[in-house]
Amino acid sequence: MIATKAKLFDSPGKLEAHRAKLSKARAGKPCLIVSSGTCGMVNGSGALVEALQAGLKELRLTGKVLLRVTGCLGFCEQEPLLILRPSNIFYPHPAPKDVPRLLKESLLGGKVIEEWCYRDPRTGEAVRDIRRLPFYERQQRLVLGMNAEVDPCSIEDYIAAGGYAAWTKVLAGGSPRHVIDEIERSGLRGRGGGGFPTGRKWRICRDKPGDKKYVVCNADEGDPGAYMNRSVLEGNPHSVLEGMLIGGYAIGADEAVIYVRAEYPLAVRHVLAAIEQAKAHGLVGENILGSGWNFQVHVSRGAGAFVCGEETALIASVEGRLGTPSPKPPYPAERGLWGKPTVINNVETWANVPQIINRGADWFAGIGTETSKGTKVFSLVGKIRNTGLVEVPMGTPLRQIIDDIGGGVPAGRKFKAVQTGGPAGMIPESLLDLPVDYESLTAAGVMMGSGGMIVMDDRTCVVDVARYFMNFLREESCGKCTPCREGIKHMLGILTRICDGRGAVEDLARLETLARGVKAGSLCGLGTTAPNPVLSTLKYFRDEYFAHVVDKRCPAGVCTALRSDNDSLGEKREKGANKNG
Amino acid sequence: MAVDLKAVPKLCCQYVAGDDSLVMLLQEVQGQYDYLPAEVLKAVSRELGVPLARLYGLATFYRSFRLTPRGKHEITVCTGTACHVCGATTMLEHLQRRLQVASGGTTADGRFTLVSVNCLGACAIGPIVVLDGAYHGKMTPDKADALLRTVGKGKEKDRDKKGPRRPAST
Repeated sequence: MIATKAKLFDSPGKLEAHRAKLSKARAGKPCLIVSSGTCGMVNGSGALVEALQAGLKELRLTGKVLLRVTGCLGFCEQEPLLILRPSNIFYPHPAPKDVPRLLKESLLGGKVIEEWCYRDPRTGEAVRDIRRLPFYERQQRLVLGMNAEVDPCSIEDYIAAGGYAAWTKVLAGGSPRHVIDEIERSGLRGRGGGGFPTGRKWRICRDKPGDKKYVVCNADEGDPGAYMNRSVLEGNPHSVLEGMLIGGYAIGADEAVIYVRAEYPLAVRHVLAAIEQAKAHGLVGENILGSGWNFQVHVSRGAGAFVCGEETALIASVEGRLGTPSPKPPYPAERGLWGKPTVINNVETWANVPQIINRGADWFAGIGTETSKGTKVFSLVGKIRNTGLVEVPMGTPLRQIIDDIGGGVPAGRKFKAVQTGGPAGMIPESLLDLPVDYESLTAAGVMMGSGGMIVMDDRTCVVDVARYFMNFLREESCGKCTPCREGIKHMLGILTRICDGRGAVEDLARLETLARGVKAGSLCGLGTTAPNPVLSTLKYFRDEYFAHVVDKRCPAGVCTALRSDNDSLGEKREKGANKNG
Repeated sequence: MAVDLKAVPKLCCQYVAGDDSLVMLLQEVQGQYDYLPAEVLKAVSRELGVPLARLYGLATFYRSFRLTPRGKHEITVCTGTACHVCGATTMLEHLQRRLQVASGGTTADGRFTLVSVNCLGACAIGPIVVLDGAYHGKMTPDKADALLRTVGKGKEKDRDKKGPRRPAST
């Protein structure tokens, strides 16, 4: 449904009129929704869409039924999903050969075909309505919810679903200061991990004198195991663009950069398409909606460096330099891109902005906890039954996310730890009642991070995982400051020794000293958070370290060198890993 | 093998106009030549008056740049955390043994380049192996072997296909 003939809106009123027209044309039309993010495509959404197209043609329903190919709907384990509207009947990964029957019975007949339904693994019951799916039922999908309503390549879909309404609202009424007040009052904080109050950041930048300012979207989602931003950019790029328009207007910027990771080819394509469409409709570019305000948006592709997620390194990379961080202050809000005041926010932060403008700061501030407002998206992956993207109000206990939404670890296995926020630290079972908000997690010695949540079961060795992270960070450390460059290397050396069965008890104290040094002495977030996997495992899983260094045993059966006396366990582990994977 | 340098001035013009950063310029050079040939970097350095050391610094700092040509086919193993806990390391080691090549290297016959990537963000289907742009989820060493056997038997995909293709709405 790519807009072939662009309609140029030269006033907010024209956009609203177009929205009304679109809604009228679509009202009452049945709709078939196929989720087709990266996971959906790998699992065959293409063949499913072709079968649906053919089936609709056969029934002479082409044009009478909308077929919407969306981005990721979050329930990655069961992709691609097919949802029927208005009945909300849904089928997980339906086979293309079943499509004719499905269309006849469920689309035309409104009947649920039980044998194809998703079954609640606990009760064994068929789930007939997508809204009753336990995975979705306990979520509050503010940022992700719209993914089901839009084809990411269709600005028309976004407008029909209420998109750019916040932007017209801002242009029609709000002065830039009023917008900043609203964001500040909402309590929105940065979703990239830092948690800095967004409104305050905007105000600092706004108050900085200068006629050239920038807004930047940090879409360099490099934390392994985290793909919240990919899903938003792939599934609903206009929501990010709209947030940036509002932010740019508020701080007085006329130029924006979206810095996307090179490893996300589909996200890059969708963002570029969204910018082109927004330009063609007069929503980006010169004299936007007849307001006299200009705003240009560029895309900068990352070149594969984890450290570029750090904002000063990101700026260096956009400017074409080595992506190494610089000391703060000055903060980018004071001196950022090309030396100009710059607001850098994460994808998820930007995507929250239109909602706050649309529904009001009070509404947003009513969600979450005292200090952490709104919702947070997590990618729930690893040894978990319902792998996927989960969005819950801040303050939701971890246990609820992992057990109730995630369905717990696969049958027969035991939960061991959850690792949050990229390399941010490992949380043991005893702390699962911890609410997820910025303060609680920091107090536990881990971090909210950007939202990756990797669940590990009893066949995951925490020492091995700590080593995995040190290896990753050693490769990704930019090498500018010594504590990070050398400290991580030595922590990796010690951990490798321990995993190889050559560790000594004294190594644990050495590790701890090194970790504290790296944490205290590093220049940027990469270095200051790098020791978290080591420190948190030493704190919560010290027994497992002792088993490695004293008993020369790896309780999880992962470390190959320590598996000599029970090879059969090792073999079993590998089989189990494949099965559960 | 001599590299054709004719494209260099054209590749440089956006940088000269101030629209491109050096990183973007190198991305375009790689888009044109598939890697960053030393001759081309030297030519770019001469054309722009930018020290070669600066270009080399960028080319070696950022992981997505290659200084040597790729093999005919590219195999990427995701080693993100989710893939790691599901056995990605075993997979990578298996492929290294199987192809007799280290991660980042190209087989002696020039057929395969093996690379590892930190996270492709498709964690639900890990461990992931990408063969010439096509994603294959929930891989095991056996499945990886089967996948390798399909190469050169008519099932080949264009290596430069940029990621998976998406169906369209109607």
